[in-house]
Amino acid sequence: MCNTLTHEKEPLIKTVDLCKSFGESLVLDHISASIYEGEKVVIIGPSGSGKSTFLRCLNMLETPTEGSVFFEGEELTHASNLDGHRKKMGMVFQHFNLFPHLTVLKNITLAAVDARLHANRKQKAKLSKKQIVAEENEKAMTLLRRIGLENKANAYPATLSGGQKQRVAIVRSLAMDPKVMLFDEPTSALDPEMVGEVLSLMKELADEGMTMIVVTHEMRFARNVSTRVLFMNEGKIEEDGTPQQIFDAPQSPALQSFLSKVL
Amino acid sequence: MAKTLAERFRSAFVVEDRWKLYFEGLGNTLLMSFFAVLIGIVFGILLAVILYTNKRTGKLKILSFLSNLYVTVIRGTPVVLQLFIMYFLVLVSVKSGILVGSVTFGLNSAAYVSEVARAGLESVDEGQMEAGRALGLSYTKTMVKIILPQAIRNMIPALFNEFIALVKETSVAGYVGIIDLGKIPGIIQSRTFDYLFPLLFASLLYLAVVCLLTVVEKYLEKKFSKGDRKLVYKKRFGGKKKCATH
Ligand SMILES: Nc1ncnc2c1ncn2[C@@H]1O[C@H](COP(=O)(O)OP(=O)(O)OP(=O)(O)O)[C@@H](O)[C@H]1O
Ligand SMILES: [Mg+2]
Repeated sequence: MCNTLTHEKEPLIKTVDLCKSFGESLVLDHISASIYEGEKVVIIGPSGSGKSTFLRCLNMLETPTEGSVFFEGEELTHASNLDGHRKKMGMVFQHFNLFPHLTVLKNITLAAVDARLHANRKQKAKLSKKQIVAEENEKAMTLLRRIGLENKANAYPATLSGGQKQRVAIVRSLAMDPKVMLFDEPTSALDPEMVGEVLSLMKELADEGMTMIVVTHEMRFARNVSTRVLFMNEGKIEEDGTPQQIFDAPQSPALQSFLSKVL
Repeated sequence: MAKTLAERFRSAFVVEDRWKLYFEGLGNTLLMSFFAVLIGIVFGILLAVILYTNKRTGKLKILSFLSNLYVTVIRGTPVVLQLFIMYFLVLVSVKSGILVGSVTFGLNSAAYVSEVARAGLESVDEGQMEAGRALGLSYTKTMVKIILPQAIRNMIPALFNEFIALVKETSVAGYVGIIDLGKIPGIIQSRTFDYLFPLLFASLLYLAVVCLLTVVEKYLEKKFSKGDRKLVYKKRFGGKKKCATH
């Protein structure tokens, strides 16, 4: 009922009968879902219901056992240019996964410079590597200023607090100019006093119109920021609706019992 | 009638400029060790990456089978026999004994380095590969820019253990007529009938080489430990520097 206009467009991400098993256990059970540009989708559900696996299938960090994933209309399971598609899908991990041997600045520019060099090779008007590095450094500094960490540009990740690490990880993804950002429990590994700074950066992104898919246990964030909530249970999307529908009028007993535990 | 120490010293070093022999031998030992280490590092890391990739992704089945076979064979046979096989059967047409030695010791070392390097690769958090791939870096790029630098940092101590063993191991090269440092005391003794100074001095030279390697190790450890948590801790709180021993 929301976003009826945008739904006439092609979805940005679409899964069709997506299945994933690990050995005998079926973790994702024929999931068909569409995510449209500009949506802020929050995925909730009990532990082990397949939220992370679903998210990781969207950028092929996990290879689906059956079904397909489409990104901008292109099938990713058989995509010849998977790395190219991944550049447009940022991902933020629970444990940040910053590169500990590189400075904060290099963390942000490494993949971005690589992508630019790659694109540059195909173009006629060639920029020198030096120019590209300088431009990407400038861009990274702008991103760091945005999160108030410009003085940490030459520091190593081990010197940052958890909240700072996660904010750097977020801007590392932003440096790629992604079409969509995937977050897997971005605040779960943080000390409570650092959760706020990460969530507020995410809210800023949402307000700027970034398409986001967020697995989280932060129900307030889900209610206030998301345009749509998916409830996953036992490898299926059991409910799919606006935050009001999900939180104020849950239909399935599983969702009702889940909410009674987390709210 | 017993010779004085001074006479024994003279005949071990001064007579016929014999001191030059030690340094000739040292030169050959260093030359062989250097190229062997080079071959060992490059080929050993290559083997390790193949084995690691196969374990993590299931790809490179045949290559990883061959790598495993290689490591098993090399580690399961004495290096002297490997040297004989190379010298008398495989590289017969190669005139330079030093070259045969370098190749043999390098290929031998690669098998041991591959084990060290594999442990190093496996010590890197899996999230690092995922983060690299999620940013659109290729598997190879992620390996080279993200995984290997961290793996190498973790494997430096074990790697240098291997190199130190290698330098000393090259002394078996004497078996195939290479005049390396280990061969010199015997040569001099055959003229002077006195082992004392030749053995002492040759040992001293080996020791010096090993000490030099240790200095290089410390330097590299420092260089590669940028961003290391322990180092950060030291810097921040000025904790006592703990000597890395192994
Ligand atoms: N690599 C793997 N190998 C085997 N089983 C796995 C693997 N990854 C996930 N699983 C299993 O798949 C199921 C779903 O895992 P997943 O991580 O997607 O759940 P989740 O909803 O994200 O849970 P949580 O809230 O605890 O993060 C779990 O039972 C888990 O044990
Ligand atoms: Mg999870």
